[in-house]
Amino acid sequence: MLFELTETQKNIVEAAKKISSRFDDNYWLDLDLKSEFPFEFYNEVAKSGWLGMCMPEEYGGANLGIQEAALFMQNITRNGGGMSAASSIHINIFGPHPIVVHGTKTQKKNWLPNLISGNDKTCFGVTEPDAGLDTGKIKTTASKIQGGYLINGQKIWTSTAKIANKILLLARTSELGETKSNIDGLTLFYTDFDSTKIEVREIKKMGRGSVDSNQIFFDNLEISEEDRIGEEGKGFRYILDSLNPERILIAAEALGIGKDALEKAVKYANERIVFDRPIGKNQSIQHPLAELWIELEAAELLISKAAYQYDKGQNSGGLANAAKYYAAEVAFKTATQAVVTLGGMGYAKEYHVERLLRESLIPKLAPVSSQMILNYISEKILHLPRSY
Amino acid sequence: MKILVPVKRVVDYNVKVRVKKDETDVELDNVKMSMNPFDEIAVEEALRLKEKGVASEIIAVSIGLPEVQETIRNALAMGADSGIFVNCTSKLEPLSVAKILTSIGNKIKPDLVIMGKQAIDDDMNATGQMLSAMLNWGQATFASKLEIQDKKIKVGREIDGGIENIEVNLPAIVTTDLRLNEPRYASLPNIMKAKRKPIDEIKVEDLKIDIEPKLEILKVEEPKSREAGIMVKSVDEMIEKLKNEAKVI
Repeated sequence: MLFELTETQKNIVEAAKKISSRFDDNYWLDLDLKSEFPFEFYNEVAKSGWLGMCMPEEYGGANLGIQEAALFMQNITRNGGGMSAASSIHINIFGPHPIVVHGTKTQKKNWLPNLISGNDKTCFGVTEPDAGLDTGKIKTTASKIQGGYLINGQKIWTSTAKIANKILLLARTSELGETKSNIDGLTLFYTDFDSTKIEVREIKKMGRGSVDSNQIFFDNLEISEEDRIGEEGKGFRYILDSLNPERILIAAEALGIGKDALEKAVKYANERIVFDRPIGKNQSIQHPLAELWIELEAAELLISKAAYQYDKGQNSGGLANAAKYYAAEVAFKTATQAVVTLGGMGYAKEYHVERLLRESLIPKLAPVSSQMILNYISEKILHLPRSY
Repeated sequence: MKILVPVKRVVDYNVKVRVKKDETDVELDNVKMSMNPFDEIAVEEALRLKEKGVASEIIAVSIGLPEVQETIRNALAMGADSGIFVNCTSKLEPLSVAKILTSIGNKIKPDLVIMGKQAIDDDMNATGQMLSAMLNWGQATFASKLEIQDKKIKVGREIDGGIENIEVNLPAIVTTDLRLNEPRYASLPNIMKAKRKPIDEIKVEDLKIDIEPKLEILKVEEPKSREAGIMVKSVDEMIEKLKNEAKVI
């Protein structure tokens, strides 16, 4: 068993750290307060080729594994950027996977290079107000018309819809109940984000102010047949392929937040003098931080094992879910402990840990809740009866 | 034009360096190592010359244990074309490094050597100057601006009074100061390309040079920790203390 990073992996970690060091805590705080997208950061990442990390080489990507992508995401989030940094680029890294696997040559040639260069920004329309994890129940329809489809309905929690010019969209091409399983009626599209036919309403939220999340409404959006990915009715199955890598990436992003929060807490504990001694000299301050260090290291091992399994083509479902669950929990715990360690200052925005705490809740809730992961592990790994 | 860029693997500048218990050296086990920041600036400057069409080839060289190949690989990932790894297990000091670089310089005949003015580990600030003497080439140290015009190189040097501008004939040695440029980070396509770029290995014994250390390190100590300051109540009290206690005025 090898725990040593390869030279390429070390280079990736270095590069991620260098990019993120150019965008400091105050950059992210400012954008969070102003609710503005981190364009400078996004362009920097795009310019140096990172959006194509997992894309095929023939379209300008680097064809690297999830292990490398996870290392990149961990180190891009851990210098103050948190989920704001992660979510601004996350979709480009693995979102187009269904296109890579199921798209035609022409589609790949037309779409992938622009996603890799960052010229195209996409969003992902899956979740609906009445269909969250129960994706089979989505109601947005794609009705067949001459040469294409007509889309009507709504999506919720569509991130980056405000700035996207493309959308990866899952919609129903047969009536609910018409197919054997509900998920067989769903079809996947990748098409222009036509804002004359799609209305975007931003959801004001607790954290990650700089990356928008939205409700979007489709009013007779026309999609040409050429924008359909793969076969009709197989859309959800295509997305399933990218769920495990997405979980691994979210876990890595959470880990980055946790490491950042721990570093900030340790720095403060060393510097803050009360009763003529640093507060970090107190075991009540240092022991919780020591425990969190252990847990963050454990989370990293889970992530890297899950990524190893995925990259080897093994079934990574159990560990990808476990990594996401555990890293999210630890990130939240660490961010909370960081706020507590800084005391009143931890509550002040200028010390940045409150922002990390707000953002650390995202990996706990999305793309799947901790509770659903426990259900999955119970059912699929431990073979207990399905509870829901 | 061919540029040789020597790069040194040193303790990362973010690491808080600790002295070994036996006071023979600093602790290097499990410490993060990186390319000497001044050498990064040197690589960057070479890359810019190549992008301007002035240079055609950049070769990164490093000397030491096999780990230093990682540092060469970093330079390749930034954009250097190839590397030379001088495998050497003995302890190195500026004179021996300059001798090894001289031998390599004579072999590959670069038009220009750009290197850090010093390494952040021992702060010797000597190798570039020694190399210039041994190769009998001109030197322009502490460069904060660099321009090449028909076989001549114009360098702005940071000195106490400001910037001194000098002109040196090629081939020459330039050592880089902090403000010459801001080094880029490796882009993903360059990291991928770096894997396929060649690194030549040379055994130091094959160069047949005397690299026996001439310096002996007697002891390495932690700097004295600063004592707590005091608050003075008035300017008069401060002047009195500076005069009579600190005895600095």
